[in-house]
Amino acid sequence: MDASFPEPSLYTIKAVAILDNDGERIIAKYFDDTFPTSKEQRAFEKNLFNKTHRANAEIIMLEGITCVYRSNVDLFFYVMGSSNENELILASVLNCLYDSVSQMLRKNVEKRALMDNLDGVFLAVDEIVDGGIILEADPNAVVQRVALRTEDVPLTEQTVAQLAEDLPVSMLQVLQSAKEQIKWSLLK
Amino acid sequence: MLGLRRDKKDEEDGFSLNPFNNLEKTSVLQEARTFNETPINPRKCCHILTKVLYLINQGEHIATTEATETFFAMTKLFQSQDVTLRRMVYLTIKEMADLAEDVIIVTSSLTKDMTGKEDMYRAAAIRALCRITDSTMLQSIERYMKQAIVDRNPSVSSAALTSSLHLMRSSGDVVKRWVNEAAEAASSDNIMVQYHAIGVLYHIKKTDRLGVSKLVSKFTKQSLRSPYAYCLLIRIATKLLEEESEGRDSPLFDFIETCLRHKSELVIYEAAHAIVNMPNTSARELAPAISVLQLFCSSPKPTLRFAAVRTLNKVAMKHPAAVAACNLDLENLITDVNRSIATLAITTLLKTGSESSVDRLMKQISTFMSEISDEFKIVVVQAIRSLCLKFPRKHGVLMNFLASMLRDENSSNSSQGGFDYKRAIVDSLIGIIEENPDAKEAGLAHLCEFIEDCEHTVLATRILHLLGREGPRTPSPSKYIRFIYNRVILENSAVRAAAVSALAKFGAHCEELMPSVVVLLSRSLLDTDDEVRDRATFYLNVLKQGNKALNSAYILNGLNVSVVGLERALHSYTLEPSETQFDMKSVPLATQPLAEQKTAEVTPAAKAPDKVAATRQDIYAEQLAAIPEFQGLGPLFKSSAAVQLTESETEYVVRCIKHTFTNHIVFQFDCTNTLNDQILENVTVQMEPTEGFEVLSYVPAASLPYGQPGITYTCVALPEDDPTSVIGTFSNTLKFLVKDCDPNTGEPDEEGYEDEYVLEDVEVTISDHIQKVLKPNFAASWDEVGEDYQMEDTYALSTVKTLEDAVKNIVDHMGMQPCERSDKVPADKSAHTLFLAGVYRGGHDVLVRARLAVDDGVTMQITVRSTDETAAEVISASVG
Repeated sequence: MDASFPEPSLYTIKAVAILDNDGERIIAKYFDDTFPTSKEQRAFEKNLFNKTHRANAEIIMLEGITCVYRSNVDLFFYVMGSSNENELILASVLNCLYDSVSQMLRKNVEKRALMDNLDGVFLAVDEIVDGGIILEADPNAVVQRVALRTEDVPLTEQTVAQLAEDLPVSMLQVLQSAKEQIKWSLLK
Repeated sequence: MLGLRRDKKDEEDGFSLNPFNNLEKTSVLQEARTFNETPINPRKCCHILTKVLYLINQGEHIATTEATETFFAMTKLFQSQDVTLRRMVYLTIKEMADLAEDVIIVTSSLTKDMTGKEDMYRAAAIRALCRITDSTMLQSIERYMKQAIVDRNPSVSSAALTSSLHLMRSSGDVVKRWVNEAAEAASSDNIMVQYHAIGVLYHIKKTDRLGVSKLVSKFTKQSLRSPYAYCLLIRIATKLLEEESEGRDSPLFDFIETCLRHKSELVIYEAAHAIVNMPNTSARELAPAISVLQLFCSSPKPTLRFAAVRTLNKVAMKHPAAVAACNLDLENLITDVNRSIATLAITTLLKTGSESSVDRLMKQISTFMSEISDEFKIVVVQAIRSLCLKFPRKHGVLMNFLASMLRDENSSNSSQGGFDYKRAIVDSLIGIIEENPDAKEAGLAHLCEFIEDCEHTVLATRILHLLGREGPRTPSPSKYIRFIYNRVILENSAVRAAAVSALAKFGAHCEELMPSVVVLLSRSLLDTDDEVRDRATFYLNVLKQGNKALNSAYILNGLNVSVVGLERALHSYTLEPSETQFDMKSVPLATQPLAEQKTAEVTPAAKAPDKVAATRQDIYAEQLAAIPEFQGLGPLFKSSAAVQLTESETEYVVRCIKHTFTNHIVFQFDCTNTLNDQILENVTVQMEPTEGFEVLSYVPAASLPYGQPGITYTCVALPEDDPTSVIGTFSNTLKFLVKDCDPNTGEPDEEGYEDEYVLEDVEVTISDHIQKVLKPNFAASWDEVGEDYQMEDTYALSTVKTLEDAVKNIVDHMGMQPCERSDKVPADKSAHTLFLAGVYRGGHDVLVRARLAVDDGVTMQITVRSTDETAAEVISASVG
C-alpha cells in the first residue's frame, strides 16, 4: 500500500508545544508514542528549537515529522503531525492555539504574561486538541470555553498590601519584592 | 482579587521570568494538602493545581503513592463551585489517570457534573470521565453518553463524540451501539460536531465496506460545512477507490475532483494531494490537481507553498512531464527564505528539468546547503543520485558536488548527527559507482579522500570493503594502496582489520602488486589487536602459497554462510564432542540479501523489512527444528517464497512455502479459515507427488479457528535412485474435520464431519534446489571450481526477442545469483555474457556462464561448472 494513504483517522495531531526563547519547555503535550520517554521528547524539542529559532520559516520537517511553528517575542508555538498529514490542517490548529493564547493574554503574547496565565493556557490546549483529535479550531470558541477570569488589575500599592495580608510573609520580603518590582520597571 | 496576589508572588521569585522555574516536587505535593482546608480558597488551589500540572508536563516522575495521595486530596475540591478551579480539577484528573491508583472514585462526581445544568462543566466532565472509565463502568454511563452525543450544546456533543473515539480502542462493542446517535449528530450545524460525528461513524463502520461506501455517498451529496469533514471524506473516498480499484469514472473520484473547487484551501489541497498520490492516474486526471498546486506555489503563506512543493516533489518521480508545467513557478521558489521550500523546489526541478539545467541548479543549491536540516540534505543527495542514473554523462559534476558535500561536512565538524547524512552520500556514491562504470575511478578517488578523514567506523569499513572489491580491477590499482595502508597505520582496530582484508584482495588479484602487499601485510603481524593480527597472518600465508584457487576461495570470495546459522551449528558442535570434523556444508547458506539491500538504499525507509528478510530463513529453520518429525533431515538448505494455492477470497486461504533439505522437501502450508461459523480440526494437506517422490509424513494443524492462521507440514523424500530427477508437480487436497460453530461466541458443536478442499498444484523447480550466492569475483571462482565437471550446450531461445528478457528468464528459471552485475545488459549490444552463481542442495558450488547473442531470436551457449557431477548434470538438463 502506498504510504501516502494512511488509514483515515481523526488522530491528526502528534504533539503541541510551547517553548521559551532558550528552547525550554513551557508546555508540551504528546499524543502518541513517537517519543515515548521524556528524554526523547526533550531531545526532539532541543533539535526542533535549534532548527527553528533563527529562521522564521513557519514549517519544517524533522525526524519524519511535519512541524508548523510561530513565534512572538520570547515564545515559540509548535504543532506537530505525521509527515503524511495535511500541512494546512496543522497550520489551522497552530493558528487557533496562537490566537486563543493571544486573546487570553490580550495580545500580550510573551512569556511573562503566559506564565501568569498558565492555568488558562493549559485549559486552552486541552480545549483545542483532545488526545490527538482536533476538538475545536475556532479561537473564539476556545476562549469562551476556557472562560478564564480575565479581570486584570494593574499592580498598585494596594496589591502589595494585599499580599502582605494574605500570605504569611514578613514585611521585609514585601519590601524586597517591591524593590525588585521597581527595578523591573526600570529595566523595561 | 486573588490573582493579583499570585502576580505578586511571582514577582517575589525575583528576576526569573518563570515563576515555576525551581519548583520542588515534594514541596508542591506538600502544598496539595491545602486542598483539605475549609473553606476552599479557589485561587490558591488553582495555582497549586497549575504547579502540579506544570511538574507533570515537565516530565517530572511522580510515584504512584504520591500521585494517589494528591489525587485524593484533590477530590475535596469538588465542593467548590468555582468554574476555573473545577476545570483545572478535570484537567488534573486526566493527567493523573495513569499515575494514580483508584481514580475511578471520582466517577460519580463527574457523572453528576456531566448531567448537571452548568454548561461550563459538562463537556469537560465527559472527557475527564471517559478518560478514567473502563468497559465495565462504561455500561453504567452509556445512557448519559448517548444523550450527550445528541446534546444541543456543540461543545458537549463534540466532547462526547471524541471521547467515543478514544473509547473505541478499549470498548469498541459498546461504542458501536451509539451509531444512531452519531448519525443524528452528523447532521448538526456545528462544524466540529459534524466532523467528529463522521469520524465516529466511519470508525464504527470501518470493517463494513458497503456501510462505508453508503456513508461516503450520503455525505458527499449533502454539502458539509466543515473543511475538516471534507478532508476526512476525501481520505475515506481515496481509500475506497484504492481498495475497489474502481475506474476514474466512479462518483467517488468525481467527488474528490469537485473538492478541487472548494472554497477552503485546506480542502483543495487535500483533494489535490489525494489525486496526485493515486496510483495509475492519467495525465489528464492529474492536470487539474497539478494546476491547483501550481497556484499554491505562489501563495504568500509558507505552509501552503511548502505543502504544494512537497506534493509536487513526490509526483515528480512518477510523472515528471506533468510537473514540468510548473517549472517556472518552481524556479521562483529556489530562492525562498524557507530553506525547506527552496530545497524541495530544487530537487523537484532536478527531476523534471533537462540535462542542461543541472549545472545551474547545482550551483544554486550549494549556496545554502549548510543552512538546511539533515533530512533535506538527504533528500538532495537522493535527488542527485537519481539524476546520475538519468543523465549518466553528468556524473562528473554531480559526484564532485557529493564529494564537496562530504568535505564540507567533515571540515565544519558539526557534532549534530551528520552520520545519516554522510551515509546517504556514501551510499549514493557507491550506488553511482556500481551503476555507471565510467564513474568508477572518479568515485573511488572521492571515497579514498573521504576515508582519510572519516570518524565513522561503519562508513570507513564499508568503503574499504568496496575498495578491496573494485580497486584491483581498475587500470591502476597501485594508487589505492597508499590510502588503504594509511588506514592500517592510523585507525582503530575495526578499520585496520577491514584495511588488511582490502590489501589482501589487491595482492590476490594483481600479481605484480603481490610482493609489495606481502611486505605491507607482514607489518601488521605484530598489531595490538587480535583480529587484525589474525587476518594479516591468514592472508599472508594464503598469498604466499601463490595458488589461484586458494586465493579465490579464501580472499576474493568470502564465506557464504548465514552467520546466525553458523553460530548455531558451531554451538551445537561444541556441545556434542565428536571425532568427525566440523562440516561447513551443514551450515545453512546465507539467503542472498543483496537484492533487498539495493532497494533499501533507494528508499531508506524500507530498512526494517530488509533486516527481517535477511534472517527469514533462520526463523523458518528454528520453527522446523522444533518439530520432532523433522529432526533427522539435517540443516535447512533453502526456503522458497510463499506461493498462493487459493484465490485470496475463498473459504480457506492456503499458501505454500517449500523448505529444501539435503534429501527432503518439507512443504509448509499456512492455512487461514475465513468462515466465522466453522472450526477446522486435524487439518492436513494430502499430496499426490510425481513419480519418484515419496510422501513420508504429515504434521497436521490441530485446530483452525476463524481468522487465525495455522500451519501444517508435509514431508516428502526426494527420489534416491535417480539423483537427477528433482523436478515435479504435486497436486494437493486440504483435508480436515469441520465443526460448525456459533459465529459470535466461537463455541463449536460436538459433532463434526470430514471434508476436503482441492488446492492448486505446487511445482518443485530447479530453483528450489539452488541457493543464490554472490561471488564478488566470478572469474576467480570459475577457475577455482575448475573444469572437472563441466557441461556445455547451445540453445536457441526462440520465444524471447531481447537480451534483457533472456537474462531475466534465465535468472528466474535457475534461481541463481547474477554476479559482476551481469544481469544488467548494456544498451545497444548484440551479445552479452551472464554469470550466475549458486550452491546446489548438499553444498556443491555451481557456476553458470551463459553467452547470449541476439540475431533473429536469442542464441545461448551455456556452460555449467560445479564441484559435483550430479549438480552440473541436473542444472544443464534443466535448461531447454
